[in-house]
Amino acid sequence: MGKIGRYGEFGGQYVPETVMNAVNELLAAYEKYKDDEGFKAELSNLYKTYANRPSMLYYAQRMTKDLGGAKIYIKREDLNHTGAHKINNVLGQILLAKKMGKKRIIAETGAGQHGVATATVCALMDLECEVYMGSEDMRRQSLNVYRMNLLGAKVTGVDSGTATLKDAINEAMRDWCSNIDTTFYCIGSVMGPHPYPEMVRDFQKIISKEIREQIKKAEGKLPDCVVACVGGGSNAMGAFYDFIKDESVRLVGAEAAGKGVDTDKHAATITKGSVGIFHGMKSLFLQNEYGQIDPVYSISAGLDYPGIGPEHAYLYKTGRAEYVDVTDEEAVLAFEYLSKTEGIIPAIESAHAVAAAMRIAPTMDKDKILVINLSGRGDKDVYSVAKYREVEIDEQ
Amino acid sequence: MSNRIDLCFDKLKANGEKALITFVTAGDPDIKSTEKYVLSMFENGADIVELGVPFSDPIAEGVTIQKASLRSLNAKTTLDKIFLLVKSLREKTDKPLLLMMYLNTIFVYGTEKFFQNCLNYQIDGVIVPDMPYEEKDEILDTAERYGVYNINLVAPTSHDRVAEIAGNSRGFLYCVSSLGVTGTRSKFDTDFDKFFSLINKSVSCPACVGFGISSPEQAKRMSSYCDGVIVGSAIVKIIEKYGSNAADKVGEFVKSLKDAMK
Repeated sequence: MGKIGRYGEFGGQYVPETVMNAVNELLAAYEKYKDDEGFKAELSNLYKTYANRPSMLYYAQRMTKDLGGAKIYIKREDLNHTGAHKINNVLGQILLAKKMGKKRIIAETGAGQHGVATATVCALMDLECEVYMGSEDMRRQSLNVYRMNLLGAKVTGVDSGTATLKDAINEAMRDWCSNIDTTFYCIGSVMGPHPYPEMVRDFQKIISKEIREQIKKAEGKLPDCVVACVGGGSNAMGAFYDFIKDESVRLVGAEAAGKGVDTDKHAATITKGSVGIFHGMKSLFLQNEYGQIDPVYSISAGLDYPGIGPEHAYLYKTGRAEYVDVTDEEAVLAFEYLSKTEGIIPAIESAHAVAAAMRIAPTMDKDKILVINLSGRGDKDVYSVAKYREVEIDEQ
Repeated sequence: MSNRIDLCFDKLKANGEKALITFVTAGDPDIKSTEKYVLSMFENGADIVELGVPFSDPIAEGVTIQKASLRSLNAKTTLDKIFLLVKSLREKTDKPLLLMMYLNTIFVYGTEKFFQNCLNYQIDGVIVPDMPYEEKDEILDTAERYGVYNINLVAPTSHDRVAEIAGNSRGFLYCVSSLGVTGTRSKFDTDFDKFFSLINKSVSCPACVGFGISSPEQAKRMSSYCDGVIVGSAIVKIIEKYGSNAADKVGEFVKSLKDAMK
């Protein structure tokens, strides 16, 4: 096994030879800039003035009362510019791409949030942008497709495979192989070959750093539990990272169980997956006995991925974090619950974290604190949820 | 025991010939057809054949081989069935056979069991397009223990890594002709004189070039730079068109490639 970019047995750099030098170049650039004061100041200024950071940590009083257990706080990543945590990573990566002199940015997107964030920052920094998106996801998230177009990005549909996130990544990697000299691949989650899992986590760890400061100010102590949804796992890594060293903080990831983990329609990688090597990394994947990657399903296009970031696989294997399953039905119930109880419409992805919190909070004492990382807002999902509830809404 | 790949190149060198390495996806459109196509390619001048093991997500492939992979998977091809195909082929041919496959299909099958089967069924080497040199330890020791070559790849973007990769290659070095994924190309942007002079400085075995070579003219031109050429997508396209009746067409095409290289 290679020596760098490992989390226990997981991670690595399993990419075609054609892109290996680009991966090394990126690693060198990242190593150079990550501790560079100028780079950090520039990024910090963008977070503050453009992305609306720090995001608020909100005490969910009604939800706390209703569930009758731990005090619930909600980290409002949904209030960031572009409506999700994705902007944290994209600002970092594209600032780095600029420093590297790249002219063209490519990205994959599932729900469209990472694509929108990438298109946004490319508009801001005057770079060419092409986003790969599964054609099935384009149908589910047509609003985000139009947003990307408005922002000046080209959205390329991918029909191969299941026409979802995994296939969009395949196509983005093929593009990268073909245009390696000019193009920077802005990966949206804590996945892919090293240094991506580490770099994306570093750009997202601001979430847990802020939670630590904010909860200490509000409650004078650390939270007892942090809950986040997990597809590839970037918002969860961001929300967990600063607490990994604090053994008293329970870390819970919520995976998409779709129609149930005992059906063939789910995306519960940790629960049902096995070790494999795919998309540049050794990690856990949903796959058959011959290593063919399974088609996966979730109502949430952002969690609809057959793998998980290698650091999550490691946190799971070492027992530092636990991962629970949330079905479509539970996620939709949580989507509706948070809307009615707190006046916050969560992204359907984030609703998986809300659902897990609704299960966990009542089992905790009233003097305990649970933080939900609300990774995104739910405007984009209103249509799908209405459809799930068999309510017809005229989009005109 | 000598590896068939070494014996093949020794013989070619003695005769002053260049190697023609051809590729088909195993099980496209079905295993029986693949057996016919492999034999037809050998009869018509192929020196080495690569069998592609279908993968659900072949990230290094262009559309042609992606579709072939899907046709093969739809026909329920598995690695075990491919080993049986090789067993059957070995009753009819003693020429080198390679498997071209994604790392996950080896890893999940079990690296030890996989290479043991390679030895039992007489596979001479593997090409793993998503395993760069830096991750070779994933399979290298096991492969060598069973006498199977792991074929290294270099690309025009390998730059200062060429020396180490080329210097530690066995069987042959797979030189990727140009940027991008597999598939036919009408022209190449790579500066081949520069690329191959870098390779030839350190290469420890024959060097062959692949990716995008689709016509006898291209095969002739590209073989002048090195020890052989690899042709894949152009053959798969014939199979895509003629399905299970492609043996003659595949044979004719392979013959035209070999003739052009003489």
